[in-house]
Amino acid sequence: MNEPLLRAVGVSKSFGAHEVLTDVSLTVAPGEVSCIIGPSGSGKSTFLRCVNHLEKVSGGQLWVDGERVGYRRKGDKLYELREHETAKRRADIGMVFQQFNLFAHKTALENVIEGPVVVRRRDKRQATERAMALLERVGLADRAGHYPSQLSGGQQQRVAIARALAMEPKLMLFDEPTSALDPELVGEVLDVMKDLAREGMTMLVVTHEMGFAREVADTVHFMADGRLVESAAPAELFGNPRHERTRGFLSKVLA
Amino acid sequence: MTVATPPRTQEQDLPVVPVRHGGRWVAAAAIAVLVVWVVGSMASNERFQWDVVGEYLFSEQILRGLGNTVLLTFCAMLLASVLGTIVAIGRLSENPIVSRAAWTYAWLFRGTPAIVQLLFWFFLAALVPTLGFGIPFGPTFFQVDTNTVISAFTAAILGLGLNEAAYTSEIVRSGLLSVPAGQREAAKSIGMTSGQSLRRIVLPQALRVIVPPMGNETIGMLKTSSLVIVIGFTELMTSASQIYSRNYQTIPLLVVAAIWYLALTAVLSIGQYFLEKRLSRGVAGQRTVVAK
Repeated sequence: MNEPLLRAVGVSKSFGAHEVLTDVSLTVAPGEVSCIIGPSGSGKSTFLRCVNHLEKVSGGQLWVDGERVGYRRKGDKLYELREHETAKRRADIGMVFQQFNLFAHKTALENVIEGPVVVRRRDKRQATERAMALLERVGLADRAGHYPSQLSGGQQQRVAIARALAMEPKLMLFDEPTSALDPELVGEVLDVMKDLAREGMTMLVVTHEMGFAREVADTVHFMADGRLVESAAPAELFGNPRHERTRGFLSKVLA
Repeated sequence: MTVATPPRTQEQDLPVVPVRHGGRWVAAAAIAVLVVWVVGSMASNERFQWDVVGEYLFSEQILRGLGNTVLLTFCAMLLASVLGTIVAIGRLSENPIVSRAAWTYAWLFRGTPAIVQLLFWFFLAALVPTLGFGIPFGPTFFQVDTNTVISAFTAAILGLGLNEAAYTSEIVRSGLLSVPAGQREAAKSIGMTSGQSLRRIVLPQALRVIVPPMGNETIGMLKTSSLVIVIGFTELMTSASQIYSRNYQTIPLLVVAAIWYLALTAVLSIGQYFLEKRLSRGVAGQRTVVAK
């Protein structure tokens, strides 16, 4: 059995007195596609943000590729990471946001080469070539010179995926990537994600797209009230949910 | 039940009468009358002494004052922009000491009159006779007489620039806060440090919000710089007043000064227009030229 790429053990997170994550444990193997589903406010997005340290966990541990998130081990002590060390780790984890968050003052192409050139210090011409290939892959090579405001939501999200891929991440995090899209634009983004999954990218996807989870995921995790209720293969989880809470949720969203 | 159908076929063929903007014609006529009356009475009023205005408009003393006004405004705004940006970033720092120090700076320099600050820097020597560089309470490596460092010009730049920096810091801070948090998060997610994200992602977008009020401040500084008269530094306004205190041609020389201030303001406004256009790249609703 492979060492998991992502391992969470008893992760909890509180904002003040409000606990949004309680004792979440899960693993994602290399090449695995995992979806997290559940009602709004169940802590799915918070968990995802903890994985690349946009949020600091209040309890429990997270490991990505064998390295403890937020800490560096030296001898028998754990040292909290300095900002540039955290930044370096984040560069290896791609993240796609619900609101796209493309850099508004940069064109699609400039958005994609920003990371390679500024963070990885790649040669600009090589980065541009690679970025054009990535834009081609998400079907937007002809939109390279457009600013985000000149692109549709679906196009923006595909550029955002290309921007994340440009860093050659070992893990891709998707935070409700289609929730802010008009219904007719959801398909184009899901298609890009399906391609990625087929090519063996390790993905952790918070989503409300049950069809996508059922079709693409290797494992589906159901979260409610900050807890991981159950995890199973999609056929199992959708076809034969074991928990009352899961059944209740599925009966509402699949109705 | 019958419903009267509108006579569509006929209506399609009818000519369309656009809305008439009668108010515009009334406004245009009223403004034209007003302009002719004001300009006419100014031009024909001998007490304006336009010949004297013409005589002094390009006089050497006025031009020297004009040059100093431009120099003072440029140097003070440069100091204010750099220092104001640093103070604004300090205000938003997570380091509580830095953030409070930045707040105190803005409080102190916004809270005291610019004229007091100018006099303070000019008379610094009275408080601190020598300026030195060394270890506090320890040896000094280098020491000068304060009066040799603080000329009227350096006192003017310090007084105006440090005062303006306090206002600038608030403008820059509002600009930084106007950039959505998602931009910073996206920068973090591709592995940028907060310094990289500030320089490459946040500040360039904040500039769009910062530039218009900074244009205001710069135009204000053109005129605020006339305060340096209290420390004996001559700029445009001082030059004009020196001349009219000699020859009592007060009104014509005030007109000379006003003409130059208006000319400088026009130049700055045009510059600001192009700067704003350049910074509006990527903003929804702006048709920008697509690069590449």
